[in-house]
Amino acid sequence: MVQKKLTLMALAGIALASTTVGAAQARDQIRIVGSSTVFPFSTTVAEEFGRSTQFKTPVVESTGSGGGLKLFCSGVGESHPDITNASRRIKKSEVELCAKNGVAEIVEVKVGYDGIVIANSRKSDQLELSLRDVFLALAKDVPNGNGKLIANPYTTWKDVNPSLPDSKIEVLGPPPTSGTRDAFVELAMEGGCKTFDWIKAMKKTDKKAYKKLCHTIREDGAFIEAGENDNLIVQKLDANPQALGIFGFSFLDQNADMVQGSKINGAAPEFEKIANGSYAISRPLYFYVKAAHVGKVPGIKEYMAEFTSEKAWGPEGYLTDKGLIPMPEEERAKFRKGTETLANLSM
Amino acid sequence: MTDLIENTRADSPMLQKRYRAERRFRAYGIVAILIAIAFLGVMLISIFGLGYTAFQQTEVKLDIYFDPDVIDPSGERDPTTLSTANYQSLARNALRSHFPEVTGRREKRELHGLLSRGASNELREMVQEDPAIIGSTQTLWLPASDDLDLLIKGQIDTALPETQRQISDQQIAWGLALQADGLVERNFNHRFLTNGDSREPELAGIWGAMVGSFLALFVCFILSFPIGVMAAIYLEEFAPTNRLTDLIEVNINNLAAVPSIVFGLLGLAIFLNFMDLPRSAPLVGGMVLALMTLPTIIIAARAALKAVPPSIREAALGVGASPMQTVFHHVLPLGLPGMLTGAIIGMAQALGETAPLLMIGMVAFIVDIPQGIFDPATALPVQIFIWADSPERAFLAKTAAGIMVLLGFLIIMNLSAVLLRRRFTRRW
Repeated sequence: MVQKKLTLMALAGIALASTTVGAAQARDQIRIVGSSTVFPFSTTVAEEFGRSTQFKTPVVESTGSGGGLKLFCSGVGESHPDITNASRRIKKSEVELCAKNGVAEIVEVKVGYDGIVIANSRKSDQLELSLRDVFLALAKDVPNGNGKLIANPYTTWKDVNPSLPDSKIEVLGPPPTSGTRDAFVELAMEGGCKTFDWIKAMKKTDKKAYKKLCHTIREDGAFIEAGENDNLIVQKLDANPQALGIFGFSFLDQNADMVQGSKINGAAPEFEKIANGSYAISRPLYFYVKAAHVGKVPGIKEYMAEFTSEKAWGPEGYLTDKGLIPMPEEERAKFRKGTETLANLSM
Repeated sequence: MTDLIENTRADSPMLQKRYRAERRFRAYGIVAILIAIAFLGVMLISIFGLGYTAFQQTEVKLDIYFDPDVIDPSGERDPTTLSTANYQSLARNALRSHFPEVTGRREKRELHGLLSRGASNELREMVQEDPAIIGSTQTLWLPASDDLDLLIKGQIDTALPETQRQISDQQIAWGLALQADGLVERNFNHRFLTNGDSREPELAGIWGAMVGSFLALFVCFILSFPIGVMAAIYLEEFAPTNRLTDLIEVNINNLAAVPSIVFGLLGLAIFLNFMDLPRSAPLVGGMVLALMTLPTIIIAARAALKAVPPSIREAALGVGASPMQTVFHHVLPLGLPGMLTGAIIGMAQALGETAPLLMIGMVAFIVDIPQGIFDPATALPVQIFIWADSPERAFLAKTAAGIMVLLGFLIIMNLSAVLLRRRFTRRW
């Protein structure tokens, strides 16, 4: 008896495993991968799309911008994703990788902006930083005043700029794998770095050294890599009023009772100021669509239409409730048109 | 000689010292246990303290008029028209009827913010189920938005300046007015137990993840238990002892200690890239988890077989049973409870895994409830992870509630393993 049952079970298992090989049925559901920053917006649109149309709700995976583009560029066909989200623009090398794997036509859609904030607990005072302060506090090497570089000697904010409080430099930020980190380094660090004229001049003469100087964050413990979970950073800031944290605007928006964003170059991280560009650290967000899949996988065009509709990404749209900073009207019109004509990406 | 006698007397210094050492050792043990209990207590209290609120949901009582002009102007009851109609406006109109003074565009937007975006969904389902209600007025409890929900649950500090909270002064006033009229109530949150994931905290449910976990574990059990038991029987009862079987044994023990992400990578390379199975499917998740559980099951099954006394085998062989009959008629039935216990513990381990699922795309936002092992699905711990990573404050309670559900399942599984062992284990 037992013997028969066991044999049956084993056979069933083997049969199950073998019949499924190559049985990947025609896909009727959009697959989206990519940036964890765009994830909240992308999923909101996906849910709305699934609810208001006859199509299935798309599956959205949060793989990071780089990981998403890698999956996206791995080929054309059912087993590859249709759309990837990115919190930075696609790189030339990635376009080449795509082309090599037969993904020739890519539709680029910019969806809006995201502000990166440098926040601290409400228990301490709001800081007013300049990009130069940020650079001097966090770079590995800093200029010493007469054109030479020294290892970052600053331990308190007062050392950096006498008008800042006398508290220890302690900044919690994302790890190098994160798109937020890339954007922070490029916009804030480099932005502060090139306020030194001689460093700016270096960009033309020695681009490599310039990049190394401006993009390298100190490793002596003043900058703490706090992982990808922004909620965790918010909680740590609440527990340690001295520390500052770097994360996306939507987390500031949702936790405004616990943390406050520092003013950067005089502008506080507020919705309007990020939208009109007076807040310095904001970056564009994108998604990329595989043109070859449009018409094969049902609903891609409709998904793009939903994302680019005014009720979603407009200034009053539901994505702004989730913290997306909308683009100006002309830009929205341009990219909406691009989704209708499936305009190919031009670098 | 006299020293020896001295030392054995109850009040001798040496004996006293030994007694003291004994007492100290016991105290250390008790302290260690107390510390462990304290940690567990802190964890459980913080999770339950936060999570229990997620089992309640604030709802707004509204008289919804199913306006035929809005739902189906042509009157043809075409399913497409019925499913794409603007149901949210029905709920919003009903809400606005309580506040006729609200007319401005901005004000309306704020007022609408009190109601969940999922209200339309519930109305749509009602109409699809029974189109006859079009034209009638129904009194319904519809979900409130997460902001109003947090306010009613007292998790928003209204003393803070308006800019520091998600809900405006005006919205608080409206919310409290509705509550005073008895139109806002906290009810049992059935949505949490029946919905899939959602971006809106008030609609997000654990059911999709539970089904996903169940399907993956089902596949995992179907694959790993028979294979594991077969391997164990062969190794324990039939295999000769030589270099090769020693090597196999060492490798099985090693595999049990391999980090689970490695199995995820293996799954990605073989099941997805080579065998071309669908991404995010519980089938693949189950297969990866089966790889991970297999060593645990083999080790447990071998231990269970070892525990069957040799006299049983000898007696069976002595009355003329073949080795196979001996194993399947006598040894296996006696060892089965132990094997099942091992399998359940292995399954409980697999239930809590996220790392291998990351590689095969089960860490994803999935709204639809999976209908089979090929549908995209996620799993319980993955759902917890996704919620913990979401900006909305209301997801904090959902995260804790998700952990409570997962803990509940783990307790049930481990308890059944203990009961099984108690019930069927025989002593010789």
